[in-house]
Amino acid sequence: MTDAVTGAASIAATANPLPILNRKDFVSDQEVRWCPGCGDYSILAQTQKVMPDFGYPRENIVFISGIGCSGRLPYYMNTYGFHSIHGRAPTLATGLKASRPDLMVWVITGDGDALSIGGNHVLHSMRRNVDIKLVMFNNRIYGLTKGQASPTSEFGKKTKSTPAGTIDMPIVPLSVAITAEATFVARSVDTHTEHLQETLTAAGFHKGSAFVEVLQNCNIFNDGAWRSFTDKDVRDDSMLILKHGEPMIFGKDRDKGIRLRGFTPEVVQLGVDGVSEADLLVHDETAEDPTLSYILSRMWAPRFPVPVGVFRRVSRPTHDQLVQGQIDDAVARQGAGDLRTLLFGGETWQAS
Amino acid sequence: MIPQEAETGPVTTDIVTRDQAEVVQDLDRVTIRFCGDSGDGMQLTGTQFTSTAAVYGNDIATLPDYPAEIRAPAGSLPGVSGFQISFSSSDIHTPGDAPDVLVAMNPAALRTNVADLPPGGALIVNKDAFSTANLTKAGYATDPLSDGSLSSWNVFEIPISTLNERALDGLDMTSKQKDLTKNFFALGIMFWLYERSMEPTLRWVDQKFAAKPVSAEANKRALKAGYAFGETTEIFHHQHYRVKPAHLPPGIYRNITGNEAAALGFVTASKLAGRDLFYGSYPITPASDILHQLSTYKNFGVRTFQAEDEIAAIGSAIGASYGGAMGMTASSGPGIALKLEAMGLAVMVELPLVVVDVQRAGPSTGMPTKNEQSDLLQVMFGRNGDAPVPVVAPATPGECFDYAIEAWRIALRHMTPVVFLSDAFLASGSEPWRIPEPDDLPSIAVKGWTDRETFHPYDRDPVTLARPWAVPGTPGLEHRIGGLEKADITGNISYDPENHHRMTQLRAQKVAVIADDIPDLQVFGPERGDLLILGWGSTYGAIRSAVERLQAQGDSVAHAHLRHLNPFPRNTGDVLASYRRVLIPEINMGQLRLLIRGRYLVDAVGLNRVRGKPYRISEIEDAARLMLEPEGTVR
Repeated sequence: MTDAVTGAASIAATANPLPILNRKDFVSDQEVRWCPGCGDYSILAQTQKVMPDFGYPRENIVFISGIGCSGRLPYYMNTYGFHSIHGRAPTLATGLKASRPDLMVWVITGDGDALSIGGNHVLHSMRRNVDIKLVMFNNRIYGLTKGQASPTSEFGKKTKSTPAGTIDMPIVPLSVAITAEATFVARSVDTHTEHLQETLTAAGFHKGSAFVEVLQNCNIFNDGAWRSFTDKDVRDDSMLILKHGEPMIFGKDRDKGIRLRGFTPEVVQLGVDGVSEADLLVHDETAEDPTLSYILSRMWAPRFPVPVGVFRRVSRPTHDQLVQGQIDDAVARQGAGDLRTLLFGGETWQAS
Repeated sequence: MIPQEAETGPVTTDIVTRDQAEVVQDLDRVTIRFCGDSGDGMQLTGTQFTSTAAVYGNDIATLPDYPAEIRAPAGSLPGVSGFQISFSSSDIHTPGDAPDVLVAMNPAALRTNVADLPPGGALIVNKDAFSTANLTKAGYATDPLSDGSLSSWNVFEIPISTLNERALDGLDMTSKQKDLTKNFFALGIMFWLYERSMEPTLRWVDQKFAAKPVSAEANKRALKAGYAFGETTEIFHHQHYRVKPAHLPPGIYRNITGNEAAALGFVTASKLAGRDLFYGSYPITPASDILHQLSTYKNFGVRTFQAEDEIAAIGSAIGASYGGAMGMTASSGPGIALKLEAMGLAVMVELPLVVVDVQRAGPSTGMPTKNEQSDLLQVMFGRNGDAPVPVVAPATPGECFDYAIEAWRIALRHMTPVVFLSDAFLASGSEPWRIPEPDDLPSIAVKGWTDRETFHPYDRDPVTLARPWAVPGTPGLEHRIGGLEKADITGNISYDPENHHRMTQLRAQKVAVIADDIPDLQVFGPERGDLLILGWGSTYGAIRSAVERLQAQGDSVAHAHLRHLNPFPRNTGDVLASYRRVLIPEINMGQLRLLIRGRYLVDAVGLNRVRGKPYRISEIEDAARLMLEPEGTVR
C-alpha cells in the first residue's frame, strides 16, 4: 500500500458499508477472448483483484472502453460496462460522471485509441480533471487491426503499414498526460503484477483525472516490445521504481541513482566520486510544479532506467464537483427553478 | 409608405385625421427592413421594434439576415446586416415577401437591399453616410441620392448621424461613441411613424446600461430625438400609420425565436420527465444560442457542457443518458456530420438521446448564417449500417417548444436517439407565442428498470419495443452494452447471422411503431382536389400563405405539413393519394421528395431553390399555378 492509498482512504470509508467482495465477484460470465499469452490477461486479473479495495458497491462501478483489444475488458468485469466507439470513451465517461458523481468510472483504452483517434479527448478530460481512471494499454502497435504502426511505435519501426519504417516521432504518453494537466499520472507493466496492483489501487483512490500507462505485450504483432528493460533478469538495472518521499535509487545492488544537473537528469553511481544518497533526487509525487514529473517522463532506456510508479498525484477540484457546485450556487442564489416563472418570464401580453 | 398587398388580400385604409395636423392611416400589415453595417446595430434595432410590436399585440414574423463576418470592413457590401419584421392586425405566417419600408443606414446597405423594395415603397436613408468613400466602397460611381436612380421609390433623406450627434450634445462621449447610437434615432423615427410606445425600449436601455449611465442616457436621447424628429418635421407630412393589435387566440403571449422556444422546450421536457437535462455541445452557428440559454438554467438542474469537439459533445450526452439523465446535443450540418458515428452507437445501445440539427446552407462550411433544409437525408441515412432514427421537424419558431418535448417523449418512450430538425430561419426568426400552462402539459416520464429477476438487457416492451433502461447504480443489473451487435434478449455479443437480421429488423420496427402514437397528417383545405402542397420545417409560413391566396381565388389546393419525418404519420399515403398532383417545396434539391416518391410511389414534383433564404409566398403561389395547369410543371 502506497501513501496514495492511505491518503485517500477516507473516501472509501464514507461509502456505504458493504458485504466484503473479492476478486471473483468482479469476474463476469463472459468468456475471455484475447490471444493466448496476451498481456491483457494480467491487466484484467490485477484490475479484478484490486476492485474490492475501493469500497464501492459493484453496481456503482462502470468500465467504459473504446475500440482495440483493450476495448473488450468491460465485458469481463462484472460491473456496469460500456464498449463504445474508437477513441471516444473519455467523452462518454465525462458525460456520465458529470451527471452521476456517485459512480466510480474507469476508462480502458489503448495507445491507438487514446493517443491517435482519441487524442483530443484524453487531452481535455485530463485538463478538466474529470474524475476518471484512464488505463491505457500501451503495446506500441495496432493489434486488433493486425499490426499497423501506432502513435507510440518507435521511429523507423517497420510494420505492415510502414514497410519502410515509420517516419513519425512517437508520443511519450506520460509527457502528454502531465502537460494536459492530469492530476494523477502513473506507469506500470503488465507482467509486474504486484506493482500493477499498487498502481491501479493508487489510481482508484485518486479523486480526479488519473492517467495510467501500462506497458503491455502484444505477443502476436509486437512481441517483446518492452522486454529489453522489463524482463526479470534486467529490470532491476533498467527500471526505476518511483516511491514517494524516497531518493531515486535503482539497480540490483541498489547502487545507482538519479541526480539532477540543471534541468538534465543523470545516472550516478553511489559511492563513486563522493556521490551519496543526499545528492539524489527525492521523488515527490505531490509537487504542484509538474516540471520534475515531466523530466522523469522523458527518461528512457537505455540511457536511463525507465521510471514506473506514480509520477504525479495532486489535488484539484474535479469536473463533477465544479459542475455540481455551479448548480448548487444557482439554486442557492435563485432558488430551485420554477417552470411557470420561466415560461411566463420576459415581456408578455394578454390577448383576449 | 404605400402599403403593399397583404397576404390575404388588400389592406384597409381608413384615414383618420387626428388633432389639426396629424393624419393617422390604418394598415392591416406592414413590413419593415432595417439594414446597415454589421456594426450599426441593425439586429438590435430589429429586435426592439419586434418586441414592441409584439407587446402591443400585433401578429409578427421576423427574418434576421446577417453576415458570417462579425465585423466585415465598415461600409463594405459583405458587411451589410439586415432585419426584416412584418407586423399585422391579422394572422400572418411569414416575415413578408417584400418590405414596405426600407431603412438603409449606408450606401452598401442601400445597394444590397433596394432591389427588394417594390416601386413606390418608402426608402429612409441616413444621408450622412453617403460620403464619397462609402459610395466607392459600395461600388456606386455616382451618388444614388442625386443621380435619379431611386426615382421609383418614395425616398426620405435624413441626416441621421448629424441630428443624432446634436441630440447627444454635452454627453461625455467621443463622436464615434455617439455615432454608435444612431440606430436608436432611426428606431425612434419608426416608432413615431407606426405609433409605437417607446416605453419597452426605454426600459430595456435602463436595464442593459444600468452600470453605464452615460450610455443609457445617450441611447434614450437618440431614441427620443428620432421620435421627436418624426413628430415635428414636415418630412412625413405629419402622417403616421397604425397597425391595430391582431385577434390572436386568447392567452398570455411572449415574442419568441425558435432557438429560445427550443431551449424552453428542453427544460420543460426535463421537468415533464422528472429527469435532469444534460446538454453537451460545441459552438456552431446557428445552434449556439440554445447552449447559451440553457447554460443559464442551472437552477433547473440543467448541466451544460461545452465539449472539445462535436464528437465529444454527443459522446458526453450518450454517457449522461447511460447514467439515467436526459443527454442531448446540438449542432448544425457540419457538426452533425461529425456526430453521425456516435448516433449509430446510440442506435445500437438503444439509449434515449436528442440530437438537435439547426440546419444552415451547405455543403461544407457553406453559408453559416443562411437558411437551408438540406440535412434531412443526412440525419435520415448518414450512418453506417441500417441505423434508423426518428426525426421531428417544427414548422414555426413557437413549435420549436412543442417538438422539443415531442422529441424527448419519443426518445424516452422508445429508448432511441431522436433528431430535432430546425433551421437558421426558425432559430432566429420570431413570432408571438402563446405560453402554455405547464400544469396542462402531459407527463413524459418513464421508469428505469430495477427488477433483477426479469431483467434482460435487450428484452423489449411489446408495444414500444423499448429495451429496459437499467442505469449504473441499480443493484443486480450489472451488464455490458456497446457498439458490437447484440444477441436478442440477452444483449451478449453475437455474430450469429440470423440474429443480426432479426436485430436489424427490430431496430427498424422500433422506429416504425412510433407511427402508432403520433397524430395523423392534417390537411388545410379540401380533403380531395387538384393539388396538394406538402412541406416540412420552416417553409410552413410561405406555403400556408400561398395556399390561402389560391383558395381565396377558388383553386382546389390543400396544404399538409409534416412534423414527423421518420416515421411518417400513418395516413400520409392516403393524403397523397387524394390529390391529382403533389408539389413539394423545399430549400434543398428534393430530399423529402425523394423519400415520398420512394415510400409512396407518388409522382411528386419539387420546388427547389437554395439561395440561403426562405421562400417568398409568391414563388410558391406561382409554382402551384403551374401545377394547376393540365401539363404544367415546375422547373
